[in-house]
Amino acid sequence: MQYEAIVIGVSSGGMNAMNILFSRLPKEFSIPIVLLQHIGPHSDNLWIKILNNKTNVVIKEADEKEKIEKGRVYVSPPNYHLLIEKNKTFSLSIDARVNYARPSIDVLFESAAEAYKSKLIGIILTGSNSDGTNGMKRIKECGGLTIAQDPETAESGYMPASAIAAVKVDHILSLQGISDLLIKIAKENNAPL
Amino acid sequence: MSEKTNSEDNPGITRDTIKEEKDGDKLRELLETLYQQYGYDFREYSEAHLQRRIRNVMILSGMQDMSEIQSKVLNDAGFVSKLLHNLSITVTEMFRDPGFYKSLRENVIPVLKTYPFIKIWHAGCSTGEEAYSMSILMQEEGLYDRTTIYATDFNQQVVNRAKEGIFSNALIKEYTANYQLFGGRASFSDYYTADQNNAIMNQSLKKNIVWANHNLVTDSVFAEVNLIVCRNVLIYFNKGLQNKVHDLFYNSLVSGGFLCLGSKESLQFTELHSKYSEADRKNRIYKKKY
Ligand SMILES: C[S@@+](CC[C@H](N)C(=O)[O-])C[C@H]1O[C@@H](n2cnc3c(N)ncnc32)[C@H](O)[C@@H]1O
Repeated sequence: MQYEAIVIGVSSGGMNAMNILFSRLPKEFSIPIVLLQHIGPHSDNLWIKILNNKTNVVIKEADEKEKIEKGRVYVSPPNYHLLIEKNKTFSLSIDARVNYARPSIDVLFESAAEAYKSKLIGIILTGSNSDGTNGMKRIKECGGLTIAQDPETAESGYMPASAIAAVKVDHILSLQGISDLLIKIAKENNAPL
Repeated sequence: MSEKTNSEDNPGITRDTIKEEKDGDKLRELLETLYQQYGYDFREYSEAHLQRRIRNVMILSGMQDMSEIQSKVLNDAGFVSKLLHNLSITVTEMFRDPGFYKSLRENVIPVLKTYPFIKIWHAGCSTGEEAYSMSILMQEEGLYDRTTIYATDFNQQVVNRAKEGIFSNALIKEYTANYQLFGGRASFSDYYTADQNNAIMNQSLKKNIVWANHNLVTDSVFAEVNLIVCRNVLIYFNKGLQNKVHDLFYNSLVSGGFLCLGSKESLQFTELHSKYSEADRKNRIYKKKY
């Protein structure tokens, strides 16, 4: 299977989790990643800079109408929902909060599932609410690959546990297990057919 | 030929792609009906956004697929108004992004002060919070008496509510915090009278606001203005439509007039980019070149 995009949802405990996950990804990691971290409405997303310094991959805030390119990591801007269009560009919305969150993981995941269908990987990491559960359901329905962080290994296990309870996810792994799997998948993706 | 055989005959086309094309077709069909029968033109809005809102309506009304919604739209005008209400996102705040209003005061007001009359257009004003914020700013700058604020939206329901200028106390609490962050010069409570549940904005703030129904997609230039504020409206449009609306704005602005966009919107990749200079890049304030 050739995967075209990865969406990741993460909430409380996210900084550590992302540090671990992204520091393990090699520079040439080519599948685009769209990362949604729950953040306050007035955040300046400074943590992107901090994370950028610790990783090999290039991380940037997603711009409205920006085209999703290989080898990039995009982060949702604060106080807007982030959606993916069928033509693989980003849209923003200030629609009401979903699961008390804006940006909401469900909103991103559901639109990504429609845009990428079976060529999408959805990942839920640490967090203490149930945002992302409906999104994982949708990704599964559309034939995508679903991965949840093992709640036992998460700083806050509630969010992955909620997804696991509602969806028969394909993999339940530690952060190390997830990065190993992603690297393996990306290698297979690059291999000539 | 059934869907299944079709996809098996064409290994390049998965069943997913076929279903996806069908969904896309049905969406376009629905938007076409809304336009032809009711005059509402959503054909160039963001698809992901529309899909999401339409799915919400379907879930709320217990519908299974797009054909059901299509026939309901053809036969039930009451349902259409419910649908339209769901398609338009009217979330707004007073002094949303306080830094933006601060920048207006520092970078735009000094220029406006040089005009004998000031015309301001709030495009997509929703329930009016932005226009009231502008009234407050202009009063505090001593410019209100020579200012006309055109506040327009294509959703008549929100225009009616904007005119009333009544906001729940829970909202007012949030707006007060924004006003303080912006650095307002008075006490926010000076601008309204409150009862147990609601706050009513002062009549003096409404005096120079002209509320009107205007559709950015289908209506044209109606005035020449010094300042246009259109925030968080264009994010719902596709690129082509954004460019069309930017033409409308350009043609409505005097030379040296200002265009203000939402905090995540930009002129950068639009056709008119070179016709403006950046008055405040971070706060998305642009100045039409002479
Ligand atoms: C999310 S609100 C933004 C409100 C406010 N400008 C703000 O930023 O807080 C978007 C508004 O744009 C209006 N709108 C959408 N399409 C429009 C159109 N074609 N013409 C005029 N207004 C439109 C909607 O009715 C809604 O009130």
